[in-house]
Amino acid sequence: MSGAHDRLAGSTLRERTAAAVTDERLRGNVARAVDRFTEHRITGLAELVDADDLRHAARGVRNQVLEDLPDLLERFADTAMSRGAHVCWASTGSEARSYVTDLVRRHRARRVVKSKSMATEEIDLNSALEGCGAEVVETDLGEWIVQLADEAPSHIIAPALHRDRQQIHDLFVERADARRSLGTRPDELVGFAREKLRTAFLQADVGITGANLAVAETGSIVLVTNEGNGRLVTALPRVHVVLLGMERLTADWQQADLLLSLLARSATGQRLSSYTSVVTGPRGHGEVDGPDELHIVVLDNGRSAMLAGEHHEMLACIRCGACLNVCPVYRQTGGHAYGWVYPGPMGSVLTPLLAGEHPEAAELANASTLCGTCMDACPVEIPLQDLLLAQRRQNATAAGRAERTAWRLWAAAWSDARRYGISTRAAGWGRWATRLAGHLPVVSAWTAGRELPRPAEERFRDRWWKGLV
Amino acid sequence: MSVLDEDDLAPAHVTLLITCVVDVVAPEVGEAAVRLLRASGCTVTCDLSQTCCGQPAWNAGFADEAATVARTTLAALEAELERGADLVAVPAGSCATMVRVFWPELFEIVGDLEAAERARRVGERTRELTELLAERAEALPELRLWNPKRVTLHQSCHLLRELHVVDQPAELLARVEGCELVEWSGSDRCCGFGGTFSVKLPEASVAMADEKLRAVGAVGADVVVGCDTSCLLHMRTRSEAVGTPIEIRHVAQVLHEALPAGAGRRT
Repeated sequence: MSGAHDRLAGSTLRERTAAAVTDERLRGNVARAVDRFTEHRITGLAELVDADDLRHAARGVRNQVLEDLPDLLERFADTAMSRGAHVCWASTGSEARSYVTDLVRRHRARRVVKSKSMATEEIDLNSALEGCGAEVVETDLGEWIVQLADEAPSHIIAPALHRDRQQIHDLFVERADARRSLGTRPDELVGFAREKLRTAFLQADVGITGANLAVAETGSIVLVTNEGNGRLVTALPRVHVVLLGMERLTADWQQADLLLSLLARSATGQRLSSYTSVVTGPRGHGEVDGPDELHIVVLDNGRSAMLAGEHHEMLACIRCGACLNVCPVYRQTGGHAYGWVYPGPMGSVLTPLLAGEHPEAAELANASTLCGTCMDACPVEIPLQDLLLAQRRQNATAAGRAERTAWRLWAAAWSDARRYGISTRAAGWGRWATRLAGHLPVVSAWTAGRELPRPAEERFRDRWWKGLV
Repeated sequence: MSVLDEDDLAPAHVTLLITCVVDVVAPEVGEAAVRLLRASGCTVTCDLSQTCCGQPAWNAGFADEAATVARTTLAALEAELERGADLVAVPAGSCATMVRVFWPELFEIVGDLEAAERARRVGERTRELTELLAERAEALPELRLWNPKRVTLHQSCHLLRELHVVDQPAELLARVEGCELVEWSGSDRCCGFGGTFSVKLPEASVAMADEKLRAVGAVGADVVVGCDTSCLLHMRTRSEAVGTPIEIRHVAQVLHEALPAGAGRRT
């Protein structure tokens, strides 16, 4: 899985979030960006007659799809193959990587262009491609920026959201031979990137994309982009490879229509993204554009196991990023602090399930105050907070002895009013508890940035008992 | 929804779930709650065999421990309802949510279906304090602050998104003469407390509080009010640590201060 930018093994969640929040510039960039996204989302959804009704319908569609998934996948593969596509079933990231690298070797491909795909990030495809000698260029602007910076995407739909224009300018000067005189206006930065990327498009042998949806009815892949790069990646190179997360199916276009309208609105507030591209088979007889070969790699990589488990609802996710944009934790830390590919609430649920070789990913369940804004924002009503809590319960069974003992003692004391009374008596706090407390990790974690709350001289129950209330 | 639907303003017997935080750290909030309930025509009782709703352990993933503690408080509240209480009042959105939303789920998860059913019955009768007071607002005496205040409201997460108690705190404050409610950007954003979150990821937790505190400073409010002492304490202890302490009050304290002298005292 994600090797190149994987930070799960080398650091703890606390270390990563603590480092992130010291970066005021990062926090400012993230807050500005997510506020803009959220404002657009709210405006976009407000245009609908009944957005909640639609969200509910979308949830129904996703549930139906997941229930019928094996059949739908088979139908999709049959239809896609009848339109001339090759379909590969990859049960692991490693199988998917091998399929794609074999393909690249077979075609003696030197240059690969990519349209933004989180599934390829999930399996760290770029490292594998570079390992077999191919030059890989990301063509989504944000993704190209993080590629130049040798970073992971920090947001699932806006990979470079953590960087401001000046930082992007400086990166272009440092890593992409831009002149220092290049301006920092968006159109100037985009103009520079466009020129650089145009060459890459024209020279590419293989184009790689993800898939926002796959429609079983017609064997089509749907790509949602705002820059048009997806079209060039799928139209110019001789070979087009699609990495399709196996849950991204719909039965037909009616279902796809509903999901697309919610996806765009929830992500950016748009009614539809600037480009919604449909790819059905390779270039047909008499057609001008399109690849000679179309390969669709259907990626399982832990998804079947999820489908059968307690977290199956997470497979309904359509990757809109709304939960990241509203999350008060993500707002302070940005995406890199989550340590892997998927950040924010959806990432905190997904990562422990997908990053199988990383048991330490389980602590991502703690990256939430359980405030519930993510559940409210989710266009397919995934109970993210409940799923995080379920993960915490799993973690509790494997917690260290000190933590388990502390909770056991707490429960023994607080399940009885007399023992509760003794444990909360203010005199006890005043005399020795506060002195001892400084040595407890829990208390020192609190007092690292806050004063300790002072217990009252008399508790409510004391005053009630004395008839003073 | 209310069991008092026939006549919301009829005298009612309300029993109090104090909550551990109010009990130990902010008893004045509990006292204000009792006086307000009495001033709105309720008889208030409180069974002292209660302890805590169990939420700290529930949120940390320790369901068995949470259930052990929750059973004690469930029994206390149930006994009060059997003794004739109409409703349970809770001066904390988060603990009210625990009772009403999470108790049934918790008991089901630990396999205690009988307790889950009992929790459901208690939950139906449980109200967060401002939710209950708003229903009875017409029965409250005139409310006036002799020292006018500019207040701004922190809308706590569970109250807002689990109980959907959105407007009641502001509606009650709007009845108070001399209380100016000022809008606050991000008033519904989490303060960063989150129970164990505050000690598992303290740096992120504090960063969240800081953004809230900056926003309070920007609107120039005298005092931040809310319905959850835990969130309010988090913001205040942070403001104390950075040397610019802010005044925080539970909504009940502001309303209590606005009651006519002597209203709601034990008779």
